[in-house]
Amino acid sequence: MAGLDKRVYSYEQALAGLADGMTVLAGGFGLCGIPENLIAHIRTLGVRGLTVVSNNCGVDGFGLGVLLEDRQIRKMVASYVGENALFERQLLSGELEVELTPQGTLAEKLRAGGAGIPAFYTATGYGTPVAEGKEVREFNGRHYVLEQAITGDFAIVKGWKADHFGNVIYRHTAQNFNPLAASAGRITVVEVEEIVEPGELPPSQIHTPGIFVDRVIQGHFEKRIEKRTLKPNAHPAAQA
Amino acid sequence: MALTREQMAQRVARELQDGYYVNLGIGIPTLVANYVPAGIDVMLQSENGLLGMGEFPTEATVDADMINAGKQTVTARVGASIFDSATSFAMIRGGHVDLTVLGAFEVDVRGNIASWMIPGKLVKGMGGAMDLVAGAENIIVVMTHASKDGESKLLPACTLPLTGAGCIRKVLTDLAWLEIIDGAFVLRERAPGVSIEEIRAKTAGKLVVPEDVVEMTF
Repeated sequence: MAGLDKRVYSYEQALAGLADGMTVLAGGFGLCGIPENLIAHIRTLGVRGLTVVSNNCGVDGFGLGVLLEDRQIRKMVASYVGENALFERQLLSGELEVELTPQGTLAEKLRAGGAGIPAFYTATGYGTPVAEGKEVREFNGRHYVLEQAITGDFAIVKGWKADHFGNVIYRHTAQNFNPLAASAGRITVVEVEEIVEPGELPPSQIHTPGIFVDRVIQGHFEKRIEKRTLKPNAHPAAQA
Repeated sequence: MALTREQMAQRVARELQDGYYVNLGIGIPTLVANYVPAGIDVMLQSENGLLGMGEFPTEATVDADMINAGKQTVTARVGASIFDSATSFAMIRGGHVDLTVLGAFEVDVRGNIASWMIPGKLVKGMGGAMDLVAGAENIIVVMTHASKDGESKLLPACTLPLTGAGCIRKVLTDLAWLEIIDGAFVLRERAPGVSIEEIRAKTAGKLVVPEDVVEMTF
């Protein structure tokens, strides 16, 4: 890792500096496009008191769900949780704090955070519990809620391919929150399936330009499927 | 007879127009995709970042990196595009989606909707529902007219915490097609064999019954 070469070769290096009480932004939607190895390494590191910002919190035993096992997460900022029993138990016992945030507002908070915009107005959530205690302003006869941007000490991101400059492309809907998290991390770590030669990624096709990225590591991924749904009659026999 | 889930999806599908971009919520709204009328082409938006959702994959094409907002594995149709979550909600919040179909626990005569939180029960989150109801002009709420205990879900005022305020204009229940106009539910169509009296009895909010209420046919 030197100059514009962002490559690191171990998960220790990838997450060097991560400490108790930090805020971690994680890409992914459900289990799709999650930085599964970086998450697993946070588990190994044993850092605690984390605030984690992610659309969801994984499942029992996989994804962000593994950080619940040793109670490493103090606060979760997410739009939809509860695919895991452990999460539910820690929430009900008060060990875990949750800030539920509408999905589009969460995405925009990260986008704004990465873009240097401290807050923005949105109609989303007006008149609902989400707007409680927040400034409301009227524009053109409609009410909007002031929502504050999010930035993090670390962003952990899953890409498909990157070059050593930290230019990243994502694969299919594994893109989701990843580029937004990438832009809003003070230290952004991207794990990818393949680090390619410089010049291989077409400049106009880059999703996350390297300026947003501090460290790149190549990993191996399980890519677990949460809800495997096939076309009716698409069982293997019908394919033959 | 009250409408079946499939009939509800069929009725909603009649609202589709050629060239529409449509977001379908989880449950009955998802079934609407099965009843797109012949000769009409619509593009389905899935808020995790897919415009042009196709059918479910086969064993051979299933891909962990291709899912919909319900986290099911899907495919992309010809003409599809894929993007990040902020762009996805720019489409929604910016009013670019022509029709949104979603479920609810309650709606009221002022167009308020409650669909995400029952106090005392575990709250899993609103996902994208608040953004969808705040962003879309054209929303159809699909739900049963009354709870299993017979309690009306069409109310003078929602009792549950809201998902959105004043944003609902159209409701399809298993008994009726209604519009919300000037603080009342206006009955437009009734399910086959369902009487206006039954609909009236199960509608707690103010109900207006025009002369020309149509009986749905399937």
